[in-house]
Amino acid sequence: MAAAAHPPLLQMRGISKAFPGVQALSGVGLTLHAGEVLALLGENGAGKSTLIKILGGAHAHDEGELTIDGSPARIDSPQASQAAGIGIIYQEFNLVPGLTARENIFLGQEPARVSFIPHQKEADRARKLFQRIGVEIDPNALCRDLTVAQQQVVEIAKALAQDARIIVMDEPTAALTPREVDGLLKVVRELRTQGIGIIYISHRLDEIDAIADRVTVLRDGSHVATRDKTDLARDEMIELMVGRSLDKEFPSHDCQPGPVRLAVKNLSRGNKVRDVSFELYAGEIVGLTGLVGAGRTETARLIFGADRKDTGTVELDGQPIDATSPRDAIRAGICLLTEDRKSQGLVLGQTVQENFGLPNLRQFTQGGLIDRQAESDAFANLVSQMQIKIANHEQPARTLSGGNQQKVVLAKWLQRNADVIIFDEPTRGIDVGAKYEIYQLIHQLANDGKAILMISSELPEILGMSDRIIVMNEGRVTGEITDVPQATQEDIMKLATARHPLAA
Amino acid sequence: MKDLDYGKLLSDYGNVLVLLILCLFVSFVTLEEQSPRSEAAAERLAKQIASKNSPGANVAILVRSGEGAEKFSKTLETALADAGLTVTTNVVGNPAAARAALESQDAPLPAIAADEHMIVFCREQLSKLAGEFPQLAKTAAYQPIKHKWPNFLKRDNLLNVLKQISIVAIIAIGMTMVIITAGIDLSVGSLIAFSGVITALTIQQLGGGDPSLTQFLLGSAAGILACAAIGFGTGGLVTLFNIPAFIVTLGVMFIAKGLAFIFSESAPVPIEGSFAWLGRGADFFGLPNSVVLMLLLYAIAHVVMTHTSVGRYIYAVGGNPEAARLSGVPVKWVLVLVYTLCGLLAGLGGVMEASLHTTGDPKSGTLVELQVIAAVVVGGTSLAGGQGKIFGTLVGALIIGVIRNGMNLTGVESHMQNVVYGVVILIAVMVDQLKNRGLKTAG
Repeated sequence: MAAAAHPPLLQMRGISKAFPGVQALSGVGLTLHAGEVLALLGENGAGKSTLIKILGGAHAHDEGELTIDGSPARIDSPQASQAAGIGIIYQEFNLVPGLTARENIFLGQEPARVSFIPHQKEADRARKLFQRIGVEIDPNALCRDLTVAQQQVVEIAKALAQDARIIVMDEPTAALTPREVDGLLKVVRELRTQGIGIIYISHRLDEIDAIADRVTVLRDGSHVATRDKTDLARDEMIELMVGRSLDKEFPSHDCQPGPVRLAVKNLSRGNKVRDVSFELYAGEIVGLTGLVGAGRTETARLIFGADRKDTGTVELDGQPIDATSPRDAIRAGICLLTEDRKSQGLVLGQTVQENFGLPNLRQFTQGGLIDRQAESDAFANLVSQMQIKIANHEQPARTLSGGNQQKVVLAKWLQRNADVIIFDEPTRGIDVGAKYEIYQLIHQLANDGKAILMISSELPEILGMSDRIIVMNEGRVTGEITDVPQATQEDIMKLATARHPLAA
Repeated sequence: MKDLDYGKLLSDYGNVLVLLILCLFVSFVTLEEQSPRSEAAAERLAKQIASKNSPGANVAILVRSGEGAEKFSKTLETALADAGLTVTTNVVGNPAAARAALESQDAPLPAIAADEHMIVFCREQLSKLAGEFPQLAKTAAYQPIKHKWPNFLKRDNLLNVLKQISIVAIIAIGMTMVIITAGIDLSVGSLIAFSGVITALTIQQLGGGDPSLTQFLLGSAAGILACAAIGFGTGGLVTLFNIPAFIVTLGVMFIAKGLAFIFSESAPVPIEGSFAWLGRGADFFGLPNSVVLMLLLYAIAHVVMTHTSVGRYIYAVGGNPEAARLSGVPVKWVLVLVYTLCGLLAGLGGVMEASLHTTGDPKSGTLVELQVIAAVVVGGTSLAGGQGKIFGTLVGALIIGVIRNGMNLTGVESHMQNVVYGVVILIAVMVDQLKNRGLKTAG
């Protein structure tokens, strides 16, 4: 590809890294040229994060070599990585919320240990950086007041301020709304024209389609393929990642709605949730969507008793339930798979079995003591049924991949045999292969007569999975789509941005 | 064969290893020549004689009178009789008495059990006497073997270590639970004083000069329950108003201490009668009652933490309160429960302290909260919550107890002791940090 006269901006060759008990990377190579976007693809656990951490100086590689502009580079600390012109935008931002955008950008770059900081000069430089990126942000705004997308721009500006020529973005769009994603892609294109090499990691194949020049795929710690994007069809991408072909992205589902199971009436809480009413039928998968901040998660939390509602009633099978805590809702037969598994779904330091048992201890308790064997047997049953990949039941939950963590969360609710299951972004951060399995599980639950509410921001997922779609905006239900096969993403977006309820 | 994960083993049982090394070290520095007149010495001497002589053989005991002589000769006599030998004479006195006793032997005497003084007499005189008295012709004299033994490893000392840590260790059970929920309880030291005073006052009110057992029990219950109620209030403030536990318990610490002085009118409240049973008695196989109570409570706490839903809930609340709540764990009740239990155990500690001194002293318990927290931290419980083991805390309390005992035995002065405690705590926290770092890089 590149002429010999221009050595690649970054080249990694034969990179290997082992952790105790795991070979995270074996002989992985990667080439990045100036002014290109290289998409790094792979399922969770394929080794993308490890590779990025090596690049960022957070891990040291065991074998292999790394060259920048053709000369060997030694990256053994985050400082060395920065000095080499590498800027990494991790999923969790490294911004200080209480400092301004300007202060965050220049943090650690003060002229001397003890010095006056030239505020005005910094502000001007920050403004120039934002201009260069093509986004307008007030340099003196506190980071905590910025949106996620704006914070991301601050991170990028911070990398540029340190003369980064290689920018790595790890799942940059995970927490962005569709409109913000477009904005980010624009920023990436802008950076590309300025000759910056970008490594872009995402599970969302739409984005890869839209932006990548070349694609490198990793699987199980090994390099599988590097191709020009134009040579690579979407199905092929999935096949390379998963290592087998997937017939389709969504399983087919034949819905025969039964009686009403869950009836929500006039649910309100502050201005987050306003007068929300809907019904869920047995055997039905209802998609709940809308822009970020539309009040979807908040509605789910009210049904689940996680927050206190101002007004409204929730009925399960015709019986009103007044859940003032999740404990009440769980007892009544409602469960919620939260959007953020790590902070809300799992106790990461506890073992997978303990996480599984947490809402089910009553079932396993005899004479005040937990029957660990019964608990273990029940868990083993679900592990094989759901094909959860774990080493043993004593494995800490933190060590599982996203898909398997989600399955453990689902397993604990399946054990409770709940009637109504609310999924909040069930496939966020989960790789393609595991996604399909989760979809299948959701279908199976619907077939068993459970009522399913699935919250998702990914419109293809909503359209592919739902029997019926409810759209919210600014705390209100703005519309309902019953003829899902005929609906388009545009139909949903129209409702998601509507100020008043529209007829679908 | 399953591969052992030595790293995990070390991080799980590292403090047990530290305790063992510490015990070895303290044993080494307290190694001393032991008195040849100890009970153990007598028993070993009896064994030695029994092994060199046929069963039923006659033995004479010669002990120079002096301190411990009576006891030594009696122990020796019993031990020899137990070993199947016949004690023909048992003399405690001067060499003249010994000679008279030997001369009056009428059967052949194969062995003499002598102490370190009489052996000198035997060496000098036995050959001369043998000529005159044929029954002494084949007599051999034995003396206790001199030996070194660590003062630390004596039974009484070891029991003393256990007894000294019992109050701190019992309160540390509650503190471990609180710290596993990512909280802290600074009030336990003051609660010791408060409970002691309440207990003493109640017993005084009910029983006057000659309280009965029921009145002791009622008094103790009053002290313990009052502290449990305070703990309940602490838990309520922490959960309902979302005030950091550090602040709430700091406030409670001052309140409880103040009330202890007010109720007792700033003077220790004496307790009449046999209230010392708990603090000083030793009714179970020679184990001090406080130690038996401690071990019993640790066994119960271990089962609660590892085999009941309450235990699981406590770990879950400390590990991730939001995930626990969304999994149906009654988070607030769990928090109230651990603070109540911690208060209750501090109240029990106060009763034990009062029993030990037969007074309810408002000055007692000062700074004990720090010793308790130290035991928990040294025992490997993370202040960040979610992790920790009940038995780890017991080991932590033992580590601190052994260090204190070792320093007392070797005469390290008390200010230096404080410096050492501080260093031990810092090392424990550093180890905890390193362990966490290990977790992060592995995950």
